[in-house]
Amino acid sequence: MNRGQSKMNDFVYGFRKGIPILLGYIPVAFTFGLMAVSGGLPPLMAVFISLSNLTSAGQFAGTNLIIQSAGYLEIALTTFVINIRYMLMSLSLSQKIDPKITLCQRLIFGFGITDETFSVASMEKGRLSYFYMLGLIAGPIFGWSFGTALGAFTSSALPESLSNAMGIALFAMFIAIIVPPAKKSKPVLMIVLISVAINLALKYIPIFSFISSGFGIIISTILGAGIGAAIWPVKEENTILKEE
Amino acid sequence: MPYAFIAALLMALVTYLPRVLPIAAFRKEIKSTYIKSFLQYVPYAVLGALTFPDIINSTNNYSTAMFGTAVALILAYMEKSLFVVALGAILTVYVTGLFL
Repeated sequence: MNRGQSKMNDFVYGFRKGIPILLGYIPVAFTFGLMAVSGGLPPLMAVFISLSNLTSAGQFAGTNLIIQSAGYLEIALTTFVINIRYMLMSLSLSQKIDPKITLCQRLIFGFGITDETFSVASMEKGRLSYFYMLGLIAGPIFGWSFGTALGAFTSSALPESLSNAMGIALFAMFIAIIVPPAKKSKPVLMIVLISVAINLALKYIPIFSFISSGFGIIISTILGAGIGAAIWPVKEENTILKEE
Repeated sequence: MPYAFIAALLMALVTYLPRVLPIAAFRKEIKSTYIKSFLQYVPYAVLGALTFPDIINSTNNYSTAMFGTAVALILAYMEKSLFVVALGAILTVYVTGLFL
């Protein structure tokens, strides 16, 4: 087969797989644009954050901290801990991609690893090519930036009732990601509940009020996943994630 | 606005590194079952803590947020796409907001 042809086919196949993610990102990114601009950031800064970060939770949390004028350390640490999960995804994909993919190519497509692109990629059969990965991430990158720009530049024109309603979009997307695996795996369900319970305790028990919400997320995540890993160690490779 | 710009660059860096370090540098397999399990559970723990309880304050109205959360949970349980779950929750909050 013609090599150029197969690269193109891989790219197109990957791109089509990314279209549902592109669509899903638009309302959430729109909300991000709204939130950033109504918090006082310039619209172009909101788009810059979406283009350079390409992540949901981390950039929402980080941008909220910027709006609150938090310190660099808290911003970087909070964003980092929220994004630690990408290490697992990256590690998991390293076993699944074509071993011939060069370091430089890995540095390029690695930028596009998100909860959603990872879920789709890890469910593919066989080795993943570089051009498949490029195709897969292209649509979501566009959707995330485009949605942010739409939200950022229309924020003042949108009726308040609608922009308030859009505040739920990000959380709805998280629910869409965690509920299906929690339905199939009791450990996942329990870990979500433990982590949420710890987060609630840190937030509402007065003696913990000195802990900021960013650090609260960090503590809940480490304790939730740490307790879960001790009680329900995963024997086989990636069994949970395959179920996503 | 140098503060926001520097903060955004820091965020980009700490988002990019966890994504590429393992795939670029790590060729061996992690042996520890505990660490592997911990890493597999992190996404669920972090997304859970990020969602609850903040989702209840996400719309400026507890009641509409409750309805939106319920609809998102139901649609997600039915394994609908991200787009459908997000849009369903937004519409629910918007429509219930007209009455509440």
